[in-house]
Amino acid sequence: MTHTPTYSRSGAQCVVDGLINNGCEVLFGYPGGCVIDIFDKLYASPIHVVLPRHEQGGIHMADGYARATGKVGCALVTSGPGATNAVTGLATAMMDGVPLVVISGQVSMSLIGTDAFQEADTTGITRSVTKHNFLVRAVDELPRVIAEAFFIASTGKPGPVLIDIPKNVQQQLTAQPDVRDVAIRAYHPTILPPPEQVEALADALNKSHRPVLYIGGGAVSSGSCPLIRSIAETYSIPVCTTLMGLGAFPETSPLSLWMVGMHGSYAANNAIQQADLVIAAGARFDDRVTGRISDFAPGAKIAHIDVDASAIGKNVGTHIPVCGDLRQTLEALLPLLHQTDRSAWLSEISLWRERGPATYSPREDGMLQPQTVIELVDRVSRGRATVVTDVGQNQMWAAQYYRHTRPRGFLTSGGLGTMGFGVPGAIGAQLGCPGALVVSVNGDGGFQMNIQELVVAKEHRLPVKFLVLNNSNLGMVRQWQDLFYGGRHSATILSQDKRPENEHIAPPKEHVYLPDFVRVAEAYGLKAARVFTAEEAERVMTEAFADAEPWVIEFVVAEDENVLPMVAPGASLSEMILTNPN
Amino acid sequence: MEKHILTVLVENRPGVLARIVAHITGRGYNIETLNVGPTNDESISKMTIVIPGDAAVIAQVVAQLAKQINVFKVEDVTAKPHIDREALLLKVSTRNTGRAPVIEVAMLFGAKVLGVQPDALTIQMVGSQMQVDQFLTLMHPFEVLDISRSGSIAMPQF
Repeated sequence: MTHTPTYSRSGAQCVVDGLINNGCEVLFGYPGGCVIDIFDKLYASPIHVVLPRHEQGGIHMADGYARATGKVGCALVTSGPGATNAVTGLATAMMDGVPLVVISGQVSMSLIGTDAFQEADTTGITRSVTKHNFLVRAVDELPRVIAEAFFIASTGKPGPVLIDIPKNVQQQLTAQPDVRDVAIRAYHPTILPPPEQVEALADALNKSHRPVLYIGGGAVSSGSCPLIRSIAETYSIPVCTTLMGLGAFPETSPLSLWMVGMHGSYAANNAIQQADLVIAAGARFDDRVTGRISDFAPGAKIAHIDVDASAIGKNVGTHIPVCGDLRQTLEALLPLLHQTDRSAWLSEISLWRERGPATYSPREDGMLQPQTVIELVDRVSRGRATVVTDVGQNQMWAAQYYRHTRPRGFLTSGGLGTMGFGVPGAIGAQLGCPGALVVSVNGDGGFQMNIQELVVAKEHRLPVKFLVLNNSNLGMVRQWQDLFYGGRHSATILSQDKRPENEHIAPPKEHVYLPDFVRVAEAYGLKAARVFTAEEAERVMTEAFADAEPWVIEFVVAEDENVLPMVAPGASLSEMILTNPN
Repeated sequence: MEKHILTVLVENRPGVLARIVAHITGRGYNIETLNVGPTNDESISKMTIVIPGDAAVIAQVVAQLAKQINVFKVEDVTAKPHIDREALLLKVSTRNTGRAPVIEVAMLFGAKVLGVQPDALTIQMVGSQMQVDQFLTLMHPFEVLDISRSGSIAMPQF
């Protein structure tokens, strides 16, 4: 008599079931030979599958979705090139602590190591750009691995987790049920801070007459923003944010110092340099924040609250380390605080604040200024936009000239600085928040890095407003060339004329910029407009922001605007460049 | 630069060794020696890693390793009373000197002769890394044909 096994479902079915049971509603997936089985099981599933046009775009969409909603973003790619195309997206999410679960197909176990068609050592390649990754060698492991992946991605400091699944494992049958309660023996994300550390922090804060709170992305991901606001307002503590922390504290508050760092405000950088206590909360002392590290906050004690023990003391010496979940730390801290007179400090700060977050001078040539465009976004949207940026000058102007008041209202690739994030990131954000006014701010460089994803906005009827600040330059690098490299514009000019000789481009008979973004947008089925003046800009934005269709609006802006203030790379925060050198 | 001996308890699973090594080298730190073996719990392996670096660097390595998903515990045993041992296998030619002077040095270090060939000796020596280094210095004048070092293993005394 033959034994009939009780096997009930395939590995591919385990993947789909596991995704559903872990709350996945939208999956960004690009098919291929080694994931056909999973796509076949998705065919009749309730999961909304979104087909990007490039795997990198798909991962950025999952990332934008996760940043906008706080949920885990999910993506599916095939083996080999599918997985290698996902690497940039994984690294982007890793640097900014964004929870993702990315599933990649792999060649069958018997073919691994044979240089099979579309084989790549995906777990090897992605090891340093994921919080964790798995190669699933047997189908019975699969339900547990999927549950662990979601758990790891969303706890502690969040991050991307990759699951590599060989094709034969997807096809094998298993009787293993889905895993609901996850426990990982060696992984216990720190939650409660040690009481003596919290007491030390309270003591330092109570004695401080010149404190500054410096908050980053961890304030958003831990859900601490209301608590931070209440502590700051009750105990008169000025607050500056990192790029990742924009919106974590309302910039309309008189206690807001706006952004700190290389392109931070005069008020924030001065406050850090003059403080007697800097409390970093969910921030990691990135080199773009600290400037020259030896001169950072020279008169201050440094307190650092972070859920990631390895972040504490990594870049700057820390006097008061507090390792724990930020929200629980602040809840423990609150009852230990008492009022301290900080009126002198606050009046000093109010003087610095008079300079605003950033300023720019009007032009005499009448060219539209990119800073004006961002101010118009704020005004026309009445501050309710979810701003998703690309990387470079556009990103910094969006940080400086939009008033950020809501957590998860400003989404940007801060750590890795990934050009090409702006378009797909905004699409993911809009899928996660269908009712939001999502405005994607791009330069003419990064806009072309994932421009193919515009079609996804059109086909899913996503009303994203894609703005292109076209200065016909790779502007941030051009700015550095102007400030630090003698104005030699090597490989930073995107228009056909004005190129250096070594690029061998014959100047056209008349000024022409390629591609024509309006025609490209229209080819993808989007509404599009090109504007040259502030009046046109306001009129077109007003029409587009009220429209239910996706739009591309190209702003032809001055070529030579710089992002200011600026702390030169390697300089101290005290050495801000405030105006353009002549 | 001072050397630190880290003991790392990790899950005994495929890929964990590669993950730990890649994590250390990927952040620019240098591994001097590395030893991996099973523990009294067969699902856990112990790695002993010798890394040169100052206290701040080592503290960062410890924190980085501790947050890896497969890592149970990381300990810098250098600062505590501890025992560390390294095993050495050494093949020395006796063609020019005869066996006696080689054996004499070996005896001074409590080393054992494990193999005798017509014109060579294979010697086992166990000691702290420093003793192994000293032994090798004294063996240097002889014609050393081959060396295998295990890397340090270490254990706190308390």
